[in-house]
This record gives sequence, C-alpha cells and structure tokens, in this order.
Amino acid sequence: MSKTPPLLQIKDLSRPMLGPVSLSLAAGDCLCITGESGSGKSQLLRAIADIDPHGGELWLDGVSADDIAPEQWRRQAGLLPPESSWWLPRAHDHFVNGMPVALAELGLAEAVLEQPVSRLSSGERQRLALLRLLANRPRVLLLDEPTANLDVENTRRVEAVIDDYMKTHDAAVIWVSHDRTQVARVANRHVELRDGRLEELAMEVRQ
Amino acid sequence: MITLDTYDLAIAAVLVLLLALLSIRLRTGIGGQLVIAATRTAVQLSLIGLVLKALFASSHPGWVALLSLFMLLIAGREVMMRQERRFRGWWGYAVGTISMFLSSFAVAIFALVVILGDEPWYAPQYAIPLLGMLLGNTMNGIAIAMDRLTQSAWEQRNIIEARLMLGEGWDKAISEYRSKAIRSGMIPIINAMAAAGVVSLPGMMTGQILAGAAPVEAVKYQILIMFLITTGTGLGTLAAVTIGARHLFDSRQRLCLDRLRGT
Repeated sequence: MSKTPPLLQIKDLSRPMLGPVSLSLAAGDCLCITGESGSGKSQLLRAIADIDPHGGELWLDGVSADDIAPEQWRRQAGLLPPESSWWLPRAHDHFVNGMPVALAELGLAEAVLEQPVSRLSSGERQRLALLRLLANRPRVLLLDEPTANLDVENTRRVEAVIDDYMKTHDAAVIWVSHDRTQVARVANRHVELRDGRLEELAMEVRQ
Repeated sequence: MITLDTYDLAIAAVLVLLLALLSIRLRTGIGGQLVIAATRTAVQLSLIGLVLKALFASSHPGWVALLSLFMLLIAGREVMMRQERRFRGWWGYAVGTISMFLSSFAVAIFALVVILGDEPWYAPQYAIPLLGMLLGNTMNGIAIAMDRLTQSAWEQRNIIEARLMLGEGWDKAISEYRSKAIRSGMIPIINAMAAAGVVSLPGMMTGQILAGAAPVEAVKYQILIMFLITTGTGLGTLAAVTIGARHLFDSRQRLCLDRLRGT
C-alpha cells in the first residue's frame, strides 16, 4: 500500500514544560494554535523550526529532520517570529533573491525598501519580514502572530497573501493567533495549547 | 648603569603612599586598592626576580617549562575572569588558555629558535621574558575579544536567531560579531605600534636604555618584540574567537546561550 506522506509530520515533540505534541499537516492545511500567553505556543514553533533543542521526531515529505541539514530544514519550515530583526541598514539589503510578492499586495509603498529600517513602523517591518520569509519559498510557514501590529485592512491583506502563497506553493501553515475571528477566517484546523498539550477543536467547515 | 638600592625604591614607594593618602582624603575610594596593588607589585616582582635568578643559574629545561606552564595557567585564569559572560564549566577556562598556548608558545619558540638562535634555545634569560611579554599582551587581546564575542551574542540573540530562521548557517549568522570581536582584540596592539616612538616610548625599550643599553640596540629589540606581540595577539585572538564562536552553536546549528554564564 503506498500513500503519499504528510507534508509535515511531528511525533512526540517535547521541550521542558511542553508536549509531547504529535500532529501531521497536509499541503493546504492551515492549522491555527490558540492558548493563553505562556502556554508554549512560541516555544512550539521554535522547536518545529529547530531553533531550540527538543525531543521527538519530525518529517518533511516523509524525510526525517535528522537527514536534512539544519539550514535546509529552516528554509523549508520557515518561522516568522513576533518581532522582526534586521541586521543591514535598509530593508532592501535583506532581499537578495528579489521580492516574492508585489509590495502593494501588502499595502506597502516601494519607498519602504530604501528607508532605514529603524525609521519604519512595526507594522511595516512585520509585513516586510513576512515577505523576506516567503522569498525562501518555505514548504511550511510557522507564523507567530503575523498580524499583531496591523490594522484591519492590512490584516486582511496579510491573510490573503498567505492564503495565496499556500495555494500556489502547495504549502501548509501553522498560525499562532489570539484572535478567534481570525482563526475562523483563515484556519481549516484549530488546536488549543493547554498546559503544554494540544487539543484539537472542532472547526466549522470553511467554504 | 646606575644600580638601585632599597633606599631608592623606598623613596618611590613614599610617592605612591602620598598619592594613596591624598585619595583617601578626597574619598575617592581607591586609596586602599592603590596600596594593595602597589604592595602586590613589590612582592610579586621581588619573588619573580628571585625565581629568575635561580633559574638563570640552573638553566634546566624542566624548570623553564614549569615556570612557562605556571605563567600560562595564571594568564588563562585572568582571561576567564575578565569576561562577564564567559562559557560555563571548563570551556570558560580552556578557550583562552588553549588559544594562548597555541599562539604565545608557538611565536616564542619560533623567535627563540629562528631569530635569536641562542644556545640552548630555551635559555631562560631570553625565553622567560619573551614569553612573559607575549602572554601578557595576548591575554589582553583574547580577554577583550572573547568578552566582546559573548556579550554581543547575548545582546544580539534576536538577530542571530532571525538569520538562522531564514536558513543561514551559524557561520554566516555570527560572522559580523566574530569580525568585530577579533578587531576589538587587536586594536590595542595596532594602536600601540602606530604610536610607538611618537607618542609613547615603549616600556621595554625604555627599561633597556635606563639599564645602560645603546638606544639603537634597544630599539631593534623593541621592534622585534612589537612584531612578535602583534603576531601572538593576532593568532591567539583569531583562535579564541573562532573556537568560541563555534561553541556558541550546537551540532544542529542552534544558538546555545545557555552555554554562557549569567543566563
């Protein structure tokens, strides 16, 4: 019997105070994680991206993480942290492979690329950080509150860009959100993190 | 050469004592430290004088090696103590000590064998002062560079991790802080070379001239020493920062700040 392996499979992932967590995602899945602050949502994403040491096993397209070089793994399971970091003077300098999506789709003017990063608003930096991540063409997006600093209009734009990316690239998304209405808009699966354990919640069918 | 007797040194000591009294009077809080440090100088240098006297008389390679090792271990401890966020456990001591051993000893032996060519090459009159000057300067360079490296890894963890998250290797993610650390370790000796003879008369040369050596001979020695110190400091700093930067990451290229103290 042959079956295509899930895009991302996680078995017994654990950190001190977290897990064991097991889940699997197919292409096109958008899994939202909610939970109180301090419940370990960010920790879980960091462990999946292999930024923090952890127990358990992960597979991408059926290939064990142990057989994938860490740089390669992080390119494919791309993490967007809540606060973006920049190490070169202008945002433009961070995009060596060009723009994955037109800036206007995220409500950004071309000029933001040339300004010093320190002069940009946190909302502009957050959207640019998303673009920087998408430029790597990750298979799985690990998004830690990607719309936290945005107004309603830009929140919708970000949601649309992520949805579009997922469909055109056969990607999957794990999305940490505080906003239940956002979860209802973007997710096809919803889990809650309580005391370090995941509980899958029923999801209204999305059309 | 004018030889100094105890009386001459006592007069100089009175000067320091007067400064200490003045400091206490002005409540600067360093009067006590000044006296303790001055006493340490007198005691430590007198002891090393006696040790060197005995060593010169015997010239046994075992004793030279033993004293060298002792100097290395003390310098290694000094490097460790000067870092605010040094590596935990034996790593904190080993990174600096091994780097100093590699650089200072290699450069000292090279200079003794190839340049000075005395018989035997380990003759303590040359070996010990040369090694002492190399260790002292290399120690400063490594301590400054390692302090800078560990401090910036700590302060810039978000940037380093963001670069890792975007799929950069550890090497690239830390490269900027590694270069800055190496630079800050080497700046003092580069400045010293640039200012030598114009702004400052280096201590070794001055000492030789005061002791009656011909100025041109003293200058030649000073140039030799400066070049050796620069090489030693540079190699030691490079080694320490390279080893240290690698040890900030584990085998899966994660930034491991829990390997530093004060975390």
